[in-house]
Amino acid sequence: MTATAAPSETAEIQAILDKNITLEGPLLPILHDVQATFGCVPDAARAPIAEALNITQAELHGVISFYHDFRREPAGQHVLKICRAEACQAMGANALSDKVLSMLGLDWHGTSADGRITVEPVYCLGLCACGPAAMVNGQVRGRVTAETLVSEVSA
Amino acid sequence: MKARQDDKMKVYVPRDAAAKALGADAVAAAFEAAGAEVIRNGSRGMTWLEPLVEVTRDGTRIGYGAATPADVPAILDGSAETLGPVEEIPFYARQNRLTFQRCGVIDPVSLADYEAHGGLAGLRRAVAMSDAEIVAEVTASGLRGRGGAGFPTGIKWETVRNADGLQKYIVCNADEGDSGTFADRMIMEGDPFCLIEGMAIAGLAVGATKGYIYLRSEYPDAIEVMEAAIRIARENNILGAVLHSEHAFDIEVRVGAGAYVCGEETSLLNSLEGKRGVVRAKPPLPALEGFLGRPTVVNNVISLATIPVIFEKGAEHYASFGLGRSKGTMPIQIAGNVKHGGLFETAFGLPLGELVNDVAGGTASGRPVKAVQVGGPLGAYFAPEKFDTPFAYEPFDGAGGLIGHAGVVIFDDTADMLGMARFAMEFCAVESCGKCTPCRIGAVRGVETIDRIGQGDVSAIPLLVDLCETMKDGSLCALGGFTPYPVMSALEQFPEEFAGAREAAE
Repeated sequence: MTATAAPSETAEIQAILDKNITLEGPLLPILHDVQATFGCVPDAARAPIAEALNITQAELHGVISFYHDFRREPAGQHVLKICRAEACQAMGANALSDKVLSMLGLDWHGTSADGRITVEPVYCLGLCACGPAAMVNGQVRGRVTAETLVSEVSA
Repeated sequence: MKARQDDKMKVYVPRDAAAKALGADAVAAAFEAAGAEVIRNGSRGMTWLEPLVEVTRDGTRIGYGAATPADVPAILDGSAETLGPVEEIPFYARQNRLTFQRCGVIDPVSLADYEAHGGLAGLRRAVAMSDAEIVAEVTASGLRGRGGAGFPTGIKWETVRNADGLQKYIVCNADEGDSGTFADRMIMEGDPFCLIEGMAIAGLAVGATKGYIYLRSEYPDAIEVMEAAIRIARENNILGAVLHSEHAFDIEVRVGAGAYVCGEETSLLNSLEGKRGVVRAKPPLPALEGFLGRPTVVNNVISLATIPVIFEKGAEHYASFGLGRSKGTMPIQIAGNVKHGGLFETAFGLPLGELVNDVAGGTASGRPVKAVQVGGPLGAYFAPEKFDTPFAYEPFDGAGGLIGHAGVVIFDDTADMLGMARFAMEFCAVESCGKCTPCRIGAVRGVETIDRIGQGDVSAIPLLVDLCETMKDGSLCALGGFTPYPVMSALEQFPEEFAGAREAAE
């Protein structure tokens, strides 16, 4: 991991570190801020984070890779998360996601070749009484159909 | 009678995520465009009626639902078909709303509204009490951990109160990952000051000056409302110098990162510290060595949000509800394939079948109920034969299940129980933190073994039973330890589905 950041990136990463470093347990807030800024946790951010927190890059990698939320590459322009948990399954979520994936020609965690759409599984959005549920670019959707979801992310 | 044009009409349109997921934002925008004053309240918990619009007429809140933007003119001029007074809708009227008394009623981020509906009365009382008196009140209420474990809250607080430490913490577990549960989300979106007040009282009780709400990233709406409410609470001396007293308390929201296991308290603490969310062995208890090794109360959202009403109305009042050692009320969440789904707060003791058939009206599909899963992905399936089980901690334990965080997920007769058992193992494998072998390896072997059974190899059934025993007895936390509940309950109650392939061949 020898990636280095461009000067403007370095300044942004440093600003995030400065903002969070005095928190108790600052690493997750730092990673969230980095991902909000860059769309992922870029390899170039790793060295400055590890140095600021006095942890090894191996430890940092352990944390980043533990959590489903953190990405190494930015996601597609539209992110579609489909709930796979039991309450949504009771409302046909399995058939729904099979259909969405086949309509988009993607597998779970896949991004379309043109970089427009990423599809991810999510285990519960707390919309269990109006399933099947999904999230489109951070917006919640209830009682969804494959057609409405695909048309929304294809627009 | 038509409202005068200059007389702005007050309309309630929920901002709750479930209401938004069903189109509430568009309805709210249509009301604003029509010149109405829109209040974005929480949800009343009748999800099948969302977006449930309310208008005050002659001092009574009248409901319209499920509303669409096209209904707006008729609602405003009073010609739309109405549900009548919202609080007289049978699903709502038959509840015992204590923890959720304000949810859906008030503007979630209006402190004045909160106070006008009984808010802060509990904190005012607590601030005049000694720490020992506060803990005694909680103990007397009989409140038990609403996250699932059911541990007496008063005893946990007493341990932290008596622990030595210059810095103690209140950590609110808002990592509500269990499928079929949304009570935490609803109260954070619908009555966030209630959680803040509960945490402040906990801080007074144990001598903690800092609180964290560990809130899952899957709940962006709850994060937004909680952050706003905390800012308002700071500006109004609910946080900071608590009600201008010598007691200091502040709260910070920390956002999770998509790991289910972080709902387990020790894993949550590691995550809060910025580590991998790996489970810690107990002892030491978090009460003595919790966040950063310091004495820490870790309580679920609903446990903490129930504290204010206990102090407002008194421990005896709260304890007068319930059944046996399950005192008070439980916000039960009815979900899945359900006709009338939502949140139903009731005293412990209601038989499961009454909840499923009478309160919730059975399935959305209209087909017969095959099973319900109670308590999230780690909870047992209950076939209708067990529907007389009263909804309370001990009776569910006795029936081979658990109430957990009180999510009830209904399945109709098309449910594939072998598939559901397989999913339980698959989910455990995806979400295992990896610390202990029974969970990390066992869940993977569980998927493989269930696949063998699915292919007709019934000789794998004893193997699955044995594996479940090992996971139950040998896992460090509830993820590996309770995954056998859904698996074994499916196997025991629907054995024909685990022998289907062989029977078909015969």
